[in-house]
Amino acid sequence: MNKLQIIYNGLVKDNPTFVLLLGMCPTLGTTGSALTGMSMGLATMAVLICSNGAISALKSLIPDKVRIPAYIVVIASFVTVLQMIMQAYLPALNESLGIFIPLIVVNCILLGRAEAFASKHPVGDSLCDGLGMGLGFTCALTLLGAVRELLGTGRIFSLELFPESYGSLIFVLAPGAFIALGFLIAFSNYIKTRHA
Amino acid sequence: MKKLSSSLPHLILSLGIITIVVGAVLAWVYEVTEDPIAQVEKQKKVNAIAAVTPEFDNDPMAETVEVEMDGHKIPVHIATKGGKLVGGAVESYSMNGFSGEIDVIYGFNRDGEITGYQVIKHAETPGLGAKMEQWFRDPQGHRSVIGQNPSKKPLTVAKDGGKIDGITAATISSRAFLDALNRASSAYQQAKTQRDE
Repeated sequence: MNKLQIIYNGLVKDNPTFVLLLGMCPTLGTTGSALTGMSMGLATMAVLICSNGAISALKSLIPDKVRIPAYIVVIASFVTVLQMIMQAYLPALNESLGIFIPLIVVNCILLGRAEAFASKHPVGDSLCDGLGMGLGFTCALTLLGAVRELLGTGRIFSLELFPESYGSLIFVLAPGAFIALGFLIAFSNYIKTRHA
Repeated sequence: MKKLSSSLPHLILSLGIITIVVGAVLAWVYEVTEDPIAQVEKQKKVNAIAAVTPEFDNDPMAETVEVEMDGHKIPVHIATKGGKLVGGAVESYSMNGFSGEIDVIYGFNRDGEITGYQVIKHAETPGLGAKMEQWFRDPQGHRSVIGQNPSKKPLTVAKDGGKIDGITAATISSRAFLDALNRASSAYQQAKTQRDE
């Protein structure tokens, strides 16, 4: 499989949010604004690329029976490293993502890609898969965050498009996340069926 | 390379080596980031103290009095200028938030009037309770607590017969905020007496 094809798969064809429906917890929890959505996507992408690469490199050293604990240890350590680095050098970002950074560990996308892709493919391809999936996740979260921020507060990336009083608070709160996500998935399916 | 078979020694070795390597990496990153993280935490506090207290020329972090209240130690940072007391910053808290604990730093001048505040940690609802970060310094109506003196009479929200307008639709968060504030005020008064003695 060619590398561009793998990235395209992650970004569009098998988009983790709109097609695979993986990692719904951070998707719903961190998309209150476009910026937090995007930073969560980028943080996940960083861990995903590292864990995919490491697991692919180690795959022949890990016997089948302990593969899940081994993957979890690798993923968790990358997440912890990322969190410590963010606390030290990007404290504001760390604050806005809060509990969702440690929760990257249990994001199904990471374990899912380790199990479904990295454990069966060479390192280069696995890195590309991590990049593609990460980009797909980042784009989806940014889009969802932008929609929610716009409908909720009238802004995108804190850029005011219409006054806040016309916004509807529900889109910033949890129910709005479900509503916006539902409509975005419906929309992406609609486009796909028209192309097929 | 052929995949290792799932025999017991292989399982132990494989998982053992991975966890040892990972442990070493984590320990190293922890070493490297420990100082910057402590710096960031301290800087955050120093900035908050400077933002809420009247102008001072000492290091309030170095002149900290700990006041014991309800079994908790509340740090009071004393601000002086030319050796004379000008005010203080109190790291207060309330457990009565809508979603658990809220931590706020309050600033007071010498007479005990509130000069400012900064919310350090909270988990209140965005768009409702989370508005406390701005609401209680908004000059509109009776929202602002700035300039009030809770040492004479504790502040309460209008709903409880007080004079402060609570956040619309977030009375619990507003009460928690004022709870933390009144605790800060009495801690500050105690710290002042302790200091004079």
